[in-house]
Formats: sequence, structure tokens, C-alpha cells
Amino acid sequence: MRAAVITFPGTNRDGDVSRALRASGADVSPCWHADHALPAGTDLVVLPGGFSYGDYLRTGAIAARANIMDAVRAHAARGGLVLAICNGFQIACEAGLLPGVLVRNANLRFVCRRQTLKVERTDTLFTGGYRRGQVIDVCIAHGEGNYICDPETLARIEGEGQVAFRYCDAAGALTPDANPNGSLNQIAGIYSANLRVLGMMPHPENLIEQLTGGADGKPLFESLGRAA
Amino acid sequence: MKARIYVTLKNGVLDPQGKAIEGALGSLGIPGIASVRQGKMFDIELAGHDAKAAEAALATACEKLLANTVIENYRVEILG
Repeated sequence: MRAAVITFPGTNRDGDVSRALRASGADVSPCWHADHALPAGTDLVVLPGGFSYGDYLRTGAIAARANIMDAVRAHAARGGLVLAICNGFQIACEAGLLPGVLVRNANLRFVCRRQTLKVERTDTLFTGGYRRGQVIDVCIAHGEGNYICDPETLARIEGEGQVAFRYCDAAGALTPDANPNGSLNQIAGIYSANLRVLGMMPHPENLIEQLTGGADGKPLFESLGRAA
Repeated sequence: MKARIYVTLKNGVLDPQGKAIEGALGSLGIPGIASVRQGKMFDIELAGHDAKAAEAALATACEKLLANTVIENYRVEILG
């Protein structure tokens, strides 16, 4: 697995996601936003979390127009893998890699806490290490994680099984109280139609070893490490 | 030549910031406000003098960057 981790001005989760990928056997190359090409042989592009361009205009909007994003779109169009986390998810939506958009949290608060998620499917290259319906414990830290899209798009992504994770309570119930940001249908992460692009607000890279409080993020990177 | 661009949320898109502002105006006791929607405005200085070409260029700017047309509408005004 050869992963390219893109750094934009204001990205701050590139280091930890690179570490999580390396710990799962991936060969990681850093990649700068102003570059026009991905490193040769890239299997997986990672758009990490952070606050690219200070969230100016709209979160992810300016980064989505960076030089490297044409290469990322071409990579995705070829069926290449893309993992977009937090600000990376916002960038992926702005870049048209995923449907919908992430807007201000419904309660207007920046949420930074542990959060349980339900794994919707395990037959993808990202989630093969989980059990279907498994409740995992991850970290969230965002002010604009409220996933919205038009009703037709929502019906399509639900119908096609493109929802990757939903916010749930510790028992796995999709209660309104477990929704930290107001996302439609408690959506925490979605796939592209070909299941090769995953965008998610939570940070799996934060919890890959018990030393730092949990390891529920690790199966995602291990699953990717086994792919390609 | 100058232009002004307005970017506003489409109808039906929730606007928690507008709601918070609406609440604050209510708590200030300002009468007669039914609802508030927050948008953005851009003032742009244009290098040329061709209003039609500028309008087309700015529409492209809105489609490509200034607005996210999934949730936002835009309006371009050439101010002359």
C-alpha cells in the first residue's frame, strides 16, 4: 500500500495519520498541495484533518481548488482509493469527490470529545477489519460537521449503501442525543458510489493504540494496509 | 468598474447562524423581525470595462469558488 498524505496550509492531522498508516504497513509519502502530480504508484490518497486556509470562505473550499486536487480527482476517477478525514471530508465534498456538504454544527458549538459510531458495512477496503453493526469509539473535533444534501441525493446514498458510519449511543442506538452536529440520518461518513472514496468527520488516526486511550481506529488502517 | 456579489443560502437549507442572530436580535428587543438568514457579500474591483464579459467571468467565479451551489445561490451586480 503506497499512501500519499496531502498537506495544505492549515492541515494539522497529517503527522498522526501518516503514523497510523505506517503502523499498518503502508509506505507513506508526504505530498504538498501546490504539487501537480501525486507520487508515482500512489494507491491511496489521504486528505487529513485540520483547518486548511483558516476555514476561509467555506470549510475546505479553497483547498478543494488547490493544484494537487486535479490529480486527486483523476486518481479517484481511475478507481484509486481516497481517505478524507474531518477537514479532508469537507475538502472532498467541496471538490466534488463526494456528494453533499458539511455545514456549521446545528448547535453552533465546536465539539471535541469521544463519540461512538455504528459501522454500516464491512465489505469495503476501509472497514474490513470491523464487524457489521459494530459500535466503535472514536474522537471527533469539528465545528462544521453537519452533513446535508438534497432529498434525492440522500435517498440515493442510503439506497446504494453509501453511508459508512452513523453517530450512535454506546449501545448502538441512533438516538437524536447521540448526534453531535445535526447531520442528516446521523451520517458520520460516506462512500463514493464505487466505495473507493471514504469521507468521515471522526478521527480514526487518534485512537490506534491503548496507550493513548483506545484502538478502535486501528482496524481501518489495518484494512487499508491489507488492500493493494 | 466595480461589481458586488451576493451569496445566500437556498430555501430550506438550515441556517443555525441566522437563527442565533435572530435570537440575539429578539433578546435586544428589536421589534418586527420575523426571521434572519445570514449570507455573504463580495465587493470586486474589475480591471476591464466590458460589463457583459465581467458578468460572465464573475458567474464562473461563483460557480467555481464563491458559492457552493449545492446549498447556495448567487447574484452578480455590475455597479459600473
